Amino acid sequence: MQDVRFFEGLKACINCGTCTAICPAAEFYNYDPRVIATTVQSQDDEKILELMSSDTIWYCGECMSCKTRCPRGNAPGLLIIALRSLSQDMGLFTKSEKGRQQLAVKRTIGDQILSTGYCVHPGSVDPDMHPEQGPVWEWELKNIDPLMKKLGANFNGDGPGALRKISQDDLDELKKIFEITGGQERYDKIEAFSKEKSIEMGMEFGTDTKSEYFKHVYTANNQKHNHR
Amino acid sequence: MKLEGKRLIWQEYQKEIADDHYFYARSCIRQTFFPGAEAVFIKILKDELGKDIHDNKHHTSCTGIGYHSDVVPFDTTMTVIARQFALMTEAGYENYAASCITSFGLYTEVLETWNHFPETEAKIREYLFKATGREFNKPKNLAHASDIIYKFRHQIAAKGKFKLVDKDTGKPLKVVEHIGCHYSKMFPHKGIGGAEYPYVLSGMIEAWGGEVIDYPERRHCCGFGFRQYVVQANRGFSLSCSKKKFDSMEPYEPDMIITNCPGCPMFLDRWQYALSEMEGKTYGKNNHGIPVFTYEEVAGLIMGYDPWEIGLQVHQVSAEPVLDKIGIPYDPAQKFKGKNGKNLGMPESPSNLKFYAD
Repeated sequence: MQDVRFFEGLKACINCGTCTAICPAAEFYNYDPRVIATTVQSQDDEKILELMSSDTIWYCGECMSCKTRCPRGNAPGLLIIALRSLSQDMGLFTKSEKGRQQLAVKRTIGDQILSTGYCVHPGSVDPDMHPEQGPVWEWELKNIDPLMKKLGANFNGDGPGALRKISQDDLDELKKIFEITGGQERYDKIEAFSKEKSIEMGMEFGTDTKSEYFKHVYTANNQKHNHR
Repeated sequence: MKLEGKRLIWQEYQKEIADDHYFYARSCIRQTFFPGAEAVFIKILKDELGKDIHDNKHHTSCTGIGYHSDVVPFDTTMTVIARQFALMTEAGYENYAASCITSFGLYTEVLETWNHFPETEAKIREYLFKATGREFNKPKNLAHASDIIYKFRHQIAAKGKFKLVDKDTGKPLKVVEHIGCHYSKMFPHKGIGGAEYPYVLSGMIEAWGGEVIDYPERRHCCGFGFRQYVVQANRGFSLSCSKKKFDSMEPYEPDMIITNCPGCPMFLDRWQYALSEMEGKTYGKNNHGIPVFTYEEVAGLIMGYDPWEIGLQVHQVSAEPVLDKIGIPYDPAQKFKGKNGKNLGMPESPSNLKFYAD
């Protein structure tokens, strides 16, 4: 519990429930940020371990609306970030459906940061994985080079500009930062713990977004997460 | 609350915004979905206002979406951000201008964290030097790019060719402003107007002749929620948040939505399409939806730039109702054409959300 986010996110919660009232996730999911603050504040290791193994900590959208309204200046959203970090370091995230999704996040956003230097890039928003993007997006992807030129982007080009190709030297620096600061270790842990789980579930693990286990964690929804 | 009361509240939350010489950090999402908006921002600053803005080729993602979907640890994010500050320092700049709201929120959070925990800053400086040999100064001024457009809103209005006014009735357009959560919900004093009554977009709308709509779910999140959109199984969360906002703003009959976060305009645009396909429900008049814009795009329209040069054709919801209401000229035949009129075909027409020409 040395994470700075525990110090910044929790100062004697008075259990007023203001965070729950404002929370978009509490409205959609069976989720109550006040209980998160209460559980962390209890310092009951057993309860905290149970929380880190559950779907519950993965419901928050990290919008941080809770931070604005809390009369104590607390942020259950920050506690969630710290709990999710620990859950992944300890391998507890694979015990819940929502937690297992971290492999999907790692293999999409996570891997893309290191391979392209961008969190999101046109090539990564595949219409098959993103049907909600609609027909204009599909048209845009088909015509990406001429359209980007028209809109003043430097798509995959050298030098500055929107969607420029980020040089290998810059990507190497990013990779080195990940290696030194624990980013690579986090990625490796997500892969390793997920692989163990895939074996337990009898699913092909693979290394990309086409594998059976990836597709499962990306799409599975047992419909037990919402208010009834 | 009466409008006067809100004005008093936002006046308590003012921030210093540098006047010139900006180091510009681009946004992953804005570049992907609205590259024209970033081009407009640079064009207005350089060509219209005569400002110096540095577009750096070496900066990368700040890792923000990775951080807030919890695959990237805080130390890693802080060190990547330190590298961006090093690039700013090496280029001879002190004023950092972020295009992304997630980045802006994270830069603010990191600087605050270093302020409260100097030992963390020292550790990150060591990490950065070890990984890259780079050193950095912290920015003297940190602004979101919308803060800068806000600062120059009156100059833009004075130089502009159009106003957010109905050309036939002379009445102001009714505008919904949507502020990205991480602009000021975490650190209210770092945003113009604070978190409850942010004024950054309202100030632009008023300066450009429009009328701001105050509706119940004005401050509700668009629903990105990071992992709640990135993972397909969770997207019901994202969609539901946007729907809640649309249902709440609908009775006020907004002409348009303006946003300052790169992700929000994409979600508010695309979810209108998804809702129209899933439930047959469309918002706005004549099944055309409510057009959604970035603040740079709106500034570009005020300046009289061609709508298809600034990228309004890549929106799923057609922008034409707003263009026609203001009286902004455009050539419908050029909407889906490339440079020099090259034929690029047409997107498929959605089932319910109509293209304007339909």
